[in-house]
Amino acid sequence: MTTTATAPAPGFESPGVEDFQLPPVFGTVTKPVLELVLAAIIIVAFFLVAVRKPALVPGKTQFLGEAFHGIVRNSIARDMIGGREFLKYVPFLTALFAFILVNNLFGIIPIIQFPTFAHPGVPYALAGLVYVVFTYAGIRKHGFGGYIRLSTWPPDVPWWVRIILTPIEFLSNLILRPVTLSLRLFGNMFAGHLLLLLFTLGGEYMLFEAGDWQLKVLSPFAFLMAIVFTFFEAFVQVIQAYIFVMLTASYIGTVLADDH
Amino acid sequence: MISGNLNTIGYGLSAIGPGIGVGIVFAAFINGVARQPEARGQLQGIAFIGFALSEALAILGLVLAFALGA
Repeated sequence: MTTTATAPAPGFESPGVEDFQLPPVFGTVTKPVLELVLAAIIIVAFFLVAVRKPALVPGKTQFLGEAFHGIVRNSIARDMIGGREFLKYVPFLTALFAFILVNNLFGIIPIIQFPTFAHPGVPYALAGLVYVVFTYAGIRKHGFGGYIRLSTWPPDVPWWVRIILTPIEFLSNLILRPVTLSLRLFGNMFAGHLLLLLFTLGGEYMLFEAGDWQLKVLSPFAFLMAIVFTFFEAFVQVIQAYIFVMLTASYIGTVLADDH
Repeated sequence: MISGNLNTIGYGLSAIGPGIGVGIVFAAFINGVARQPEARGQLQGIAFIGFALSEALAILGLVLAFALGA
């Protein structure tokens, strides 16, 4: 393989990080900011409509709202937090789930087509909020010293294991939790959007800009893959919203546990 | 002639381990549900947490592949 530096051949420019730096719509407001506001409006409007006229036999919208709330309450909060304390956190978890779900689904809704969390700043802020919530819950339950001990001082461990274990527990429980929480959401949305960009831009390049007729014949397959991966993305987006809320509930459950 | 960044290959390598890990997690989940279908609800939560934790490594690899790119 020769690596002599020649002038870059005119060819396909693969999409990269710079495709996520969208120009501002007006002033300093960019598309993700507008999407965040739009998501908040959609969710508030939906839940207001859902509980406007509560009936014993629910209508369609009320049923959808109640089913959504029921999933978060029964299969996330009750399983992960448990006890009698879980009810207090259900509203927070429901709002979180709805917000992440709507923002993720923006990635495949035509015209909008940009998952808000593909911008790293947005999931950082969300994970910061979650960090504050579960740290506050833990400190209120156990006191500051008790919370630190619960997080870094597992009981019944020999002292020579503790030398290694306590720093690891300190890192993973108090520092890395919000980092992995936000990076997971960001990475999935970023990779998914990049994948869709690659297939659509590649198909477009093969159809219109490449000279060979063979590439023109092959380009429909690239578009086909883009459609297939759009459905796959829909699946990933729902799963990631679920996992984010699930892990949040699990962190809250861990800091509220009496002994573990 | 190939141009590109070695980070991409690094990311591919970093995805091997989490790939195996995610496979093991879901294999255990399917096994568990097959043996005891009524435990599905409980196992699902645990399975997704295990999935998320092993997947975190691949995500860190992806982010670093872009973050460290020159």
